[in-house]
Amino acid sequence: MPSVVIVDENAARASIIEAGLIAAGHEHVTIINDMTGIVAKIAAIAPDVVVIDLQNPNRDMLEDALQLSRAVKRPVAMFVDKSDNEMMQSAIDAGVSAYVIDGLRQDRVKAILDMAVSRFNAFSKLERELEEAKTALENRNVIDQAKRLIMTSRAVSEDEAYKLLRKTAMNQNRKIVEVAESLVLSANLLDGGQS
Amino acid sequence: MIEINSGFLPLTDAAILIIAKEMGFAEEHGIALNLLRETSWANIRDRLAVGQFEVAHCLAPMPIASNLGLTPFATPLIAPMALGMGGNAVTVSYDIYEKMCAFGYDGQFDAAIAGGFFHKVVMDIQQNGGRKLNLGVVHPFSAHNFELRYWLSSMGISPDHDVQIKIIPPVLMADALNAGQIDGFCVGEPWNSLAISKSFGKVITTKTAIWASSPEKVLAVQSDWADKNQDALQALLVALVKAAKWCSSKQNFEKLAQILSAEIYLNMPAELVLGALSGSLSSSVSIDTDHNLPFLEFYNNAATFPWQSHALWLYSQMVRWGHLEHSAKSAEIARSSFRPDIYRSALKSTDAIIPSGNSKVEGALKTRTAVGAASNTLYLGPDGFFDDNVFDPDQIDRYINGQTSV
Repeated sequence: MPSVVIVDENAARASIIEAGLIAAGHEHVTIINDMTGIVAKIAAIAPDVVVIDLQNPNRDMLEDALQLSRAVKRPVAMFVDKSDNEMMQSAIDAGVSAYVIDGLRQDRVKAILDMAVSRFNAFSKLERELEEAKTALENRNVIDQAKRLIMTSRAVSEDEAYKLLRKTAMNQNRKIVEVAESLVLSANLLDGGQS
Repeated sequence: MIEINSGFLPLTDAAILIIAKEMGFAEEHGIALNLLRETSWANIRDRLAVGQFEVAHCLAPMPIASNLGLTPFATPLIAPMALGMGGNAVTVSYDIYEKMCAFGYDGQFDAAIAGGFFHKVVMDIQQNGGRKLNLGVVHPFSAHNFELRYWLSSMGISPDHDVQIKIIPPVLMADALNAGQIDGFCVGEPWNSLAISKSFGKVITTKTAIWASSPEKVLAVQSDWADKNQDALQALLVALVKAAKWCSSKQNFEKLAQILSAEIYLNMPAELVLGALSGSLSSSVSIDTDHNLPFLEFYNNAATFPWQSHALWLYSQMVRWGHLEHSAKSAEIARSSFRPDIYRSALKSTDAIIPSGNSKVEGALKTRTAVGAASNTLYLGPDGFFDDNVFDPDQIDRYINGQTSV
């Protein structure tokens, strides 16, 4: 099995890829999170494949180092097979790229890159879901706050306060959370930002 | 509306593309220009190769290197337009600057004078058994790398033996200087200004001082796409040249700086960008008074014309520093990577002043000179190298034979 280095400043994402590669039988997987002295680190490991996050601004430096190594020692580093345009597209969309030592069997390379692509995509999905969950929670907080304001000022039950919010939203053709937000905001203004 | 996707890196010389979009020049010519910020030149190259970008803000030597198969994932690219001239500077750490001053350097940007004092410092450190100085550039196939090497070599400093040139991304350049990972760098703006504003270093010379009226970025276009979308490309070039004219007008600098400073573009304070545009480089020394050329020129003196002599000189430097062996075939690939013919046919019915030739002798014009143009009067130059060495593209074999790489 070829040895793999994962260059990713996002430690969580790198671990997810590492776990995937180990589960697929790769024993020699190294993560590099810290970019200081990265060229020396990679040279010491002499990996067959380097997987790198496309957002990493060090990519030009890394590529230069891999190309230079062609002159000084064994590995010939090259980009993953350019004839496979579809694979490249999906890798770029996922935000990952790979450098491969020349002579490595294409199917092995493809398996590694496919793994990295799917894990990158899974990670982005997870991040998106987390973001959505956070927004949902924030929305619920705002609605709860608005309900309490209505309950206090109008002396109604929670259920009635919610119905009032919903009715206003429907009448104004707005989302409940938007109506709640403006209510909380105006209450804050009237209170001089106290509540 | 034709949709065109262009990648760019956050640098002041992405201005022409950004202004074409923001000031409506692209739209005026039927183009919906999508600008996508990237983090590395490698990303720009890859996304051009797989067709996610039709065009991109690109280092001038990159299309040449790609066409010569010198880069990974090489793909046929053309450069039908330059995105301005000048705009780079050489900055060194305070430590090196002070050492230069101790030898009598007074802060002049003149490349020979600054180079002479830098040479003294390099030799002094060497004689005292000090470590080799490290200098940063952003990419091996960048004008920065080649002009820095040219300057060092002309001053008797071997870029491979007396110093070490390292590749550092522009966003990390200032920090690398501060952390002592490098002792100096050659990079485009606003990264010099940023390093100066943080008091990490001082500018000692500029691209314009090393090679006057020289190219820095070009518009790289995927060759296949250009063949199949000639009308769209021509419309884009007209829009971009209009944008270039707008960018070069001093009265627009403030607005330009404001637009460039936006989070989606350079994401930097507008006053820093303004300084970078006017070449004040956060210092009171005005740049390049000898040549009377602006630090960064977007439009005048045919700043957007893709001179094939520029492509050939960049090629000669690739040969010089061992990227490939010279052959007539390779030189031809390099020359035809720059496409003044496309530029000319796109701009012929506009008021743009277009040079009548595709190449010129670099270093022939010592001062600003009126020359023949397809219409009106075109001013060119000065366009020389600081060491008065002339590059005649018709004598490229002789030029390459006469170069040393130590």
